[in-house]
Amino acid sequence: MEAIRVGFVGNPNCGKTTLFNAYTGANLKVANWPGVTVERVEGETAYKGQPLKLIDLPGIYSLTSYSIEEKVSRKCIMNNEVDVIINVVDASALERNLYLTMQLLELGKPVILALNMMDIVEERGMEIDLHRLPEMLGGIPVVPVSARKRTGLDVLMHAVVHHYEEKHKPDVVRYQKYLEEKIAVLAQKVEETYGIKENQRWYAIKLLANDEEIQKEYPIDDSEILDRSYEKDIINQKYDYIEEIIEDTLFYKSEKSAFTDKVDEVLTHPFWGMPIFFGVMAVVFFLTFFVGDALKGVFEIALDNISNGALQLLEQLKVAPWLTSLIVDGIIAGVGGILTFLPNIFILFLALAFLEDSGYMARVAYVMDGLMGRLGLSGKAFLPMVLGFGCTVPAIMATRALEKEKDRRRTILITPFMSCSARLPIYVLFAEMFFGNYAMLAAFSMYIIGMVAAIVVALVIHRVETHTAHQNLLIELPEYKTPNARTIAVYVWEKVKDYLTKAGTTIFVASIIIWFLLNFGIHGMVSDVSDSFGAILGHWMEPILAPAGLGMWQIGVALISGISAKEVVVSSFCVLFGIGNANSAAGMMTLTSQLAEVGFGPLNAYCMMIFCLLYVPCAATIGTIKKETYSWKFTLKMILFQILTAWCVSTLVYQIGSRLI
Amino acid sequence: MTILEGTVRENYIVTDIRMEENITRRLEALGINSGTHLKLMNRKKNGTVIIKVRGTRWAVGRDIAVGIEVTPGEMEENIHGSH
Repeated sequence: MEAIRVGFVGNPNCGKTTLFNAYTGANLKVANWPGVTVERVEGETAYKGQPLKLIDLPGIYSLTSYSIEEKVSRKCIMNNEVDVIINVVDASALERNLYLTMQLLELGKPVILALNMMDIVEERGMEIDLHRLPEMLGGIPVVPVSARKRTGLDVLMHAVVHHYEEKHKPDVVRYQKYLEEKIAVLAQKVEETYGIKENQRWYAIKLLANDEEIQKEYPIDDSEILDRSYEKDIINQKYDYIEEIIEDTLFYKSEKSAFTDKVDEVLTHPFWGMPIFFGVMAVVFFLTFFVGDALKGVFEIALDNISNGALQLLEQLKVAPWLTSLIVDGIIAGVGGILTFLPNIFILFLALAFLEDSGYMARVAYVMDGLMGRLGLSGKAFLPMVLGFGCTVPAIMATRALEKEKDRRRTILITPFMSCSARLPIYVLFAEMFFGNYAMLAAFSMYIIGMVAAIVVALVIHRVETHTAHQNLLIELPEYKTPNARTIAVYVWEKVKDYLTKAGTTIFVASIIIWFLLNFGIHGMVSDVSDSFGAILGHWMEPILAPAGLGMWQIGVALISGISAKEVVVSSFCVLFGIGNANSAAGMMTLTSQLAEVGFGPLNAYCMMIFCLLYVPCAATIGTIKKETYSWKFTLKMILFQILTAWCVSTLVYQIGSRLI
Repeated sequence: MTILEGTVRENYIVTDIRMEENITRRLEALGINSGTHLKLMNRKKNGTVIIKVRGTRWAVGRDIAVGIEVTPGEMEENIHGSH
């Protein structure tokens, strides 16, 4: 049986690729931001024995031929590379999305409308008349789906299999009389001159709009009909019809809109907007630190019990001492040490999810646009930076929203300075060990230092490159809504799962490697750590790290291992000093006294925190930067730059600090 | 006048878009073109504005805002199906 070829077309961020992946089972991430990459991805599936070839086309706002993405999509459709189009539409922004739909309908190919994000429509208290909508779209099938929740998927494919040969009305949009008359004349001429039997109307409309490609390939010489470009008329009349559709099919409570206007008067206030934002971030941090700490006790007790239980069990089973050591000192100490920070991570992501889902995050771009402009960046670049407080990997991917490659690279360069959640355990550990009542202040200062570093770096680049900043922000500000419990739960669970997975994989392996490095030396298993491979490696780094107050071989080992994931710095400390649970009061006491013996005081601890904040991003981030910039050169330069920054700043602090104290 | 010179909380009608081609296209696709009704919601010192078009709010940077020519006009209140 011949496969039906199905093209997925839709605006950027309408959930098109998520839907595509839901069918093909693929986990394709195609870089697709304006002007960088244009790729079409193909996948296969079947519905009731009917094979289907799915083609994911680049996200586009319209089908003119001004951008590469638009040309690729249009060519693919016009050259008969698809049998049927699935137009994926963000139902929560129906009016804007329908513009592309109108253009697709004019192409004459069978179109099926997939109404995505219906859950958001309901959350916002809106309703779409699913009976009237297909009527007004020329009778095409309209199928509500949720790519995220995987609902409506079968119904959509059912529609594809049954309607892929069905033509809809060619003139869904009827233009005003003066245009329709011209279209009729041109359509006939196109047919006569070029023998085009199908869809002449589309060629006629394109000719009237002065479409470059069509004019070149199918010129019609008739200066009376084509006396000027009718592009604006065509656009506006399409929108007139869209307004009619919206009026007839979309219902919502306008009070919501008024509410948003009121809230915006405060949150986007020209003066108070920024202080409010910093206040919000301070509250987020406060919650992360305090509420997280309160919940931590439970985890500590559990970990202690597991550690002791495992030790007893292993001794009873007469397991070889080296294996007992690997399990208790290596794995449980390393992985468990990280797990006790789960409450802090949980609260941080809960707060970020709340801000994102409520609609506040988009406002931050507006609020910060002025400040960012002075750094030569658009307010949009601030969003990835805020995401960086959670995790640098998605933050770097989020820079795709920036159109100019130069802006992207700069944002990528400074984003890792925004302190991610993986660095939080390091601050919590060292701040609580050395700064007592001022622990929270010490930890909070890391966030400030990170932001200042980002600002300074951006400013220096801006000054050096002396290019004029483009104030071309263009971003949608969604209506405020009560954050949806389910959305937040999904978001937080995803992040917590990532954290747990990381503890089970990267950190698990890193713990074993560190344990090996510390328990084995040139002559096999060693009884004294100072003969181990780790010590040899660490000693080599001592002179380099000494000016920064970090001249201990253990720190060298911890920092190197921290490249696998920043939390590993903490777990390697636990392993290095043989403490089961560094996060417990007893564990901390032991660690503090051990560190004090080798002359490691509060100043050293502070420098350690700064170094961890600024140095090489973790392996996952390095991989993402490479993937997003397509350049190892840029990635390596960036790593070197960050190590240098970390070393310089912590050395500066240590040298000045040690003279003052 | 351009939208940059508008008064906050006033309604306008777009008369012309004077921008580079690709930004004009982007605005067109977002439903901001001549004849479109819009409301100026907010404006920052650096010229970034918030406008409300077809029921959607957009934050628009200065460089784009100076290209949106407008004339005062009433917003049709029931335009977005709020019935």
